[in-house]
Amino acid sequence: MNAVVTILIDGLTYASWLFIVAVGLTLVFGVLKILNIAHGSFYALGAYAAASFVGWTAALKWAPGFSIVAMLFAAVAVAAIMAPLTERGLLRFFYGRDEVLLVLVTYAMFLILEDVTKLVWGANPYYVSEPYSLFGNLHLGVQTWVGYDFVLVGLAVVVGLAVWWGLNRTRQGKITLAVIHSAEVASSMGVNVSRVYMLAFSVGIFLAALGGAFTAPMISVQPGVSVGVIVVSFAVVIIGGLGSIEGAAIGALIVGLARSLAVHVAPVSELFSIYIVMAVVLMFRPEGLFQRTQARKI
Amino acid sequence: MSTPLLQATGLAKTFGAVVAAADLALAVAAGERVSLIGSNGAGKTTFVNMITGYLKPDAGRIDLDGRDITALSPRAITHLGVARSFQIAQLCGELTVLDNLLVAVACHDGRMSFWQPAHRPEAIARADALLERFRLGEHRRRRVVELPGGVRKLLDIAMALAGTPRLLLLDEPTSGVSAEEKFGVMDTVMTALGHDSMTVLFVEHDMDIVQRYASRVVAFYAGRIIADGKPDAVLADADVRRYVTGELVAEAS
Amino acid sequence: MAAVVVESPKHAAAPSRAGVFALAFAAFVALAAAGWLFPRWLTFLLTLAAGNGLVSLGIVGLMRGGVVPFGQGMVFAAGGYTAALLYNKLGITDALGLALAGGIAAVVVAAPFAPLLSRYRGIFFAMLTLALSMVTYGLLMKLDALGGSDGFNVGRPTLFGMKLPDAHVGYVLYVITVAVATLAAVAMRVVFSSTRGLLTLAIRDNELRVEYLGGSVRRAMAVNFVVAAFCAGLGGALVVLSLGHIEPNFSFWTTSGEFVFVAILAGWQSVAAVFVASTVLEVVRSFSSAYFPNTWQLALGLFLLFVIRFLPRGIGSLWSRRAGS
Repeated sequence: MNAVVTILIDGLTYASWLFIVAVGLTLVFGVLKILNIAHGSFYALGAYAAASFVGWTAALKWAPGFSIVAMLFAAVAVAAIMAPLTERGLLRFFYGRDEVLLVLVTYAMFLILEDVTKLVWGANPYYVSEPYSLFGNLHLGVQTWVGYDFVLVGLAVVVGLAVWWGLNRTRQGKITLAVIHSAEVASSMGVNVSRVYMLAFSVGIFLAALGGAFTAPMISVQPGVSVGVIVVSFAVVIIGGLGSIEGAAIGALIVGLARSLAVHVAPVSELFSIYIVMAVVLMFRPEGLFQRTQARKI
Repeated sequence: MSTPLLQATGLAKTFGAVVAAADLALAVAAGERVSLIGSNGAGKTTFVNMITGYLKPDAGRIDLDGRDITALSPRAITHLGVARSFQIAQLCGELTVLDNLLVAVACHDGRMSFWQPAHRPEAIARADALLERFRLGEHRRRRVVELPGGVRKLLDIAMALAGTPRLLLLDEPTSGVSAEEKFGVMDTVMTALGHDSMTVLFVEHDMDIVQRYASRVVAFYAGRIIADGKPDAVLADADVRRYVTGELVAEAS
Repeated sequence: MAAVVVESPKHAAAPSRAGVFALAFAAFVALAAAGWLFPRWLTFLLTLAAGNGLVSLGIVGLMRGGVVPFGQGMVFAAGGYTAALLYNKLGITDALGLALAGGIAAVVVAAPFAPLLSRYRGIFFAMLTLALSMVTYGLLMKLDALGGSDGFNVGRPTLFGMKLPDAHVGYVLYVITVAVATLAAVAMRVVFSSTRGLLTLAIRDNELRVEYLGGSVRRAMAVNFVVAAFCAGLGGALVVLSLGHIEPNFSFWTTSGEFVFVAILAGWQSVAAVFVASTVLEVVRSFSSAYFPNTWQLALGLFLLFVIRFLPRGIGSLWSRRAGS
């Protein structure tokens, strides 16, 4: 019984992390039709920025609670700087080109950002310890969970609701939905598609950086952080369906639970359990669970 | 009474609310030159798509020379001797005219060699023969993306003939071709087909072309065949004049 | 892919088949001779360039059909692990034998997936190959029988039963790798200008029409995938013999990404361009490690953007002419 609870809670916390990380990726694909390999790089930038900002709050002897604000601020800063740079400065020159070509452009972005991160922050790991102990611990039987892990669950819920509300209940959101459906039709109806792209991409980067910033206290922030995140978020997004927010949520839950099961029941399969699910979904239902795009298949 | 080359019975196909075909029946004897006419959306292209295996009918049956081909793939049907051209020419854009024809010849042969050069003399000779028949010689080395509309349509049809089919379906062979070029294109095609006893079905909107080249006309409307017979008779038919050529005003229903 | 424009096979303007063979042989002799004079680090670099180039060669074959695989690491690792296991567990040490075994093993690994993959295009093809290579990575990391996350070492190979002399191991491996690469390059050149090669180009442009003409698109794509796997397996085995070590990272997505990078850089005009591009990658990697640490990926990324934007037909277009017009 205890084992089941452990698996479920672990699955839930991991799923929350996955959702925060993947939702920006699926949003960017839905709007711009770009599968962004550099998504993981923005995640890493968020983590590094959080390390810096939290470090400054600590140096300034501010209360530990401010570290949360610092992390939020870090995500905003990354989005504010990187979005115009990458979207206006690079991606927009390739809009409308082949989808795989765009993936290659984002791959180039990933390569560049990997080294830029190293040049700015160096190759040594950073530890963002302050926020991790802010929320105490939870004891269930023999298992102990750190309260911080549940912050991620809360954050995932907030992010999910915010994105849903933003898309479905605001004017800008409905315009964005129109562009998701068909940029061409939206453009002919007078929508400034270019602005929608810019906005969606910024939100995507912000969400990636947010994921990175809030994960920073749980890991050692060092080069290579982006690399694992990229493929894992691809897996979630493919399973849920490219462009679907609900899909990202369900995909995250499935992957989270699958991995949790693997870790506790069959540790050998831990690393590839995610990719097996991804491969199986691609083989039998390539458009994912919540179809938005038609799979290109014969 | 010999078996018709092509026999379609009870063909039906709906796309959601749209009835593209309702109980279509048609028998075509070998050697006939049949024109399919009808306004846009009448079901002509759906019919061609079903014959060539691109669409599976919801009901009904298609026989080629007595053999049931209803459920076969386009590739299998092609190998049984059916070829088609397309309303919008389906060509390999980045390749040259010669290469397109070489591809057509190779696909028909079915032997995809790893080591035989694509440009070996025997293959080129066959491609060149098609080039000459369709008067495409001057475009031999040009890439398809550089070609004008009429030339593309001719190449599209030439490729269909690489396999010397028994049944040729031409989907609007002169659409996208300028008015001056239309007769030239159709002339070239029909001359190229000339002495063959090939059976040809061609979808066409231009009634002058229909009258000149068809030995039989089949008129479609709302997924049904409303007239079938000699060109003069069909084109004079009241329903055809109402629903196809627009000479009589159609009643509001 | 719209970006990298495809070239029609050359006819009148191109060297004849005999000419290609002669050119390749001359290139091999020149490289072998020059290698004798090169410093050790350079022959090592070129050996890796040749071995890795084999993987990209297979990718070019697939790209000519319109798909880009993001998971060739899977078959690269299959070749490498096979060579390493045969060496350590069965005592098979002949370099050429191990290379061939690597190629065959890669084919065995790829073949079951080929029919499935032949139905996918675009992002879905890329993602499925990626997923399969990451599953492989996960397996390799966790299977202790295969060395787990550390991988394991491979000793010095032999050639035709002869031990390789200490002083010249690097040179001999260089010659072997370049020889295999040259043979593979010639073979692929023959395939590219064959009927099958032309069909592949046609599929990229209009696979619907190819089906209507009676050609089997899926079979052609499946075959291309298996051929690419064989090349990658050869490369994997040869690289392992040069490095003396194998690890799960061979199957990681970033490794696959580098192979794709080289293929894009090279383009489809010239088979030689693949190996030139592979050498460029190795040069950038070593030089920036030595002189400007933390910049080699930056350089690669900028290179890739440059090529995508300004040389969409790859560097091969710099010396190959467009045929027919």
